Amino acid sequence: MAWLPIVIKACYFLAALLFILGLKRMSSPRTARGGIVWAGVGMLVAVIATFALPDMHNRGLILAAVLIGVAAAWWSGRRVAMTAMPQMVALYNGMGGGAAAAIGAAELFSYAGAAVTLLDGGEFTASGTATPGTAQLALAVLGALIGSVSFSGSLIAFAKLQGWLDKRFVFPGQRAVNMLVLAGAVVLGAMIASGQLSMPLIVAFFVLALAFGLMMTLPIGGADMPVVISLYNAFTGLAVAFEGFVLQNEAMIIAGTVVGAAGTLLTQLMAKAMNRSIGNVLFGSFGAAAGEAQAIGGSQKPIEASDAAVMMAYAERVVIVPGYGMAGAQA
Amino acid sequence: MIDGFLALYIFMLAAFTGYEIIARVPVILHTPLMSGSNFIHGIVLVGAMIALGHAQTPVEIAIGCLGVLLGAGNAAGGYVVTERMLEMFKSSKPAAGKEAK
Repeated sequence: MAWLPIVIKACYFLAALLFILGLKRMSSPRTARGGIVWAGVGMLVAVIATFALPDMHNRGLILAAVLIGVAAAWWSGRRVAMTAMPQMVALYNGMGGGAAAAIGAAELFSYAGAAVTLLDGGEFTASGTATPGTAQLALAVLGALIGSVSFSGSLIAFAKLQGWLDKRFVFPGQRAVNMLVLAGAVVLGAMIASGQLSMPLIVAFFVLALAFGLMMTLPIGGADMPVVISLYNAFTGLAVAFEGFVLQNEAMIIAGTVVGAAGTLLTQLMAKAMNRSIGNVLFGSFGAAAGEAQAIGGSQKPIEASDAAVMMAYAERVVIVPGYGMAGAQA
Repeated sequence: MIDGFLALYIFMLAAFTGYEIIARVPVILHTPLMSGSNFIHGIVLVGAMIALGHAQTPVEIAIGCLGVLLGAGNAAGGYVVTERMLEMFKSSKPAAGKEAK
């Protein structure tokens, strides 16, 4: 079956192409609805091709996990109210980040297991992942770090938008503590990447990375969450790309990188639409409760002529009220 | 297979692709696009499937299972949510709706 790997590679290529074309179509209101279908076909092709990979174990388990995950997400995505969409995006984005982190963890653990086997003098039986290079380890660690931050951060964003967490956690010196946690995670990650593959080290690294995502998101108010979710979306894309390098999977590399870049730009655009900078959103942490901040989000929105045209084209009804601005300002 | 510099080239070109696609997009599409790109990084599911497919010890299998569950949630949820958002762009004018179907 020499043709099978080539067919699978071709499927991944097709998937990457469909993702890019789909995203392109989604960036114009006229073709947007077709775009998601294109991308969906790409995803289906990639997943089916992965099932056909020759050296896979646990196929039954994979199929069961895929079906359960798809069914649960499909059901929850269908029945949630339209107004609850932003937190669902946060939730699903967090899941993607968690999956990227899980890939990193699985790879690191399998490397660690292989290393232990060697130290014990036993034969080298670890799967295909014989001797990981430093670059491969570093990318696995980096992807795991970014994915973990995106995972815990997105879950906090979800909880905040869902109204489960309406307090903001602010204490003096918070930024310094956050930076310390991040520095700790980076140092542990660097130790792992330099070849110190011990289980406690890997576990501690993940704990710190998850804690950083948690603590970074907790002080941010609810109205700023869309920008934060968009940022974590870009993070997850980047994490997926890095894990794609580790697994040598072209579809993951290309899709992840495209999302990473597009998400970064999108985050900037969204912050600009709110008259804020990203730094201000992440580290500003002012404006008391979520409810109060919402008024700020809605009131001042600079709009360009092309945006106004698009909004009117898709509005069901346009009402022109002369003098509304004066009346609203009570001038 | 994919060695150092080739990987860097792929990374650079894909990054520019993503950047160029999003430039000049109307404000009204920001949220659907965020959701759409959220769906696209659901490709992580493929990676999680490969990780689980190569898992050998019980710990690796457990982590791999978790990864596949989360990845499948990302892909399916991202698709449903994006599709529902874009549903609202169904144009009332039949002329504009021809390629949107």
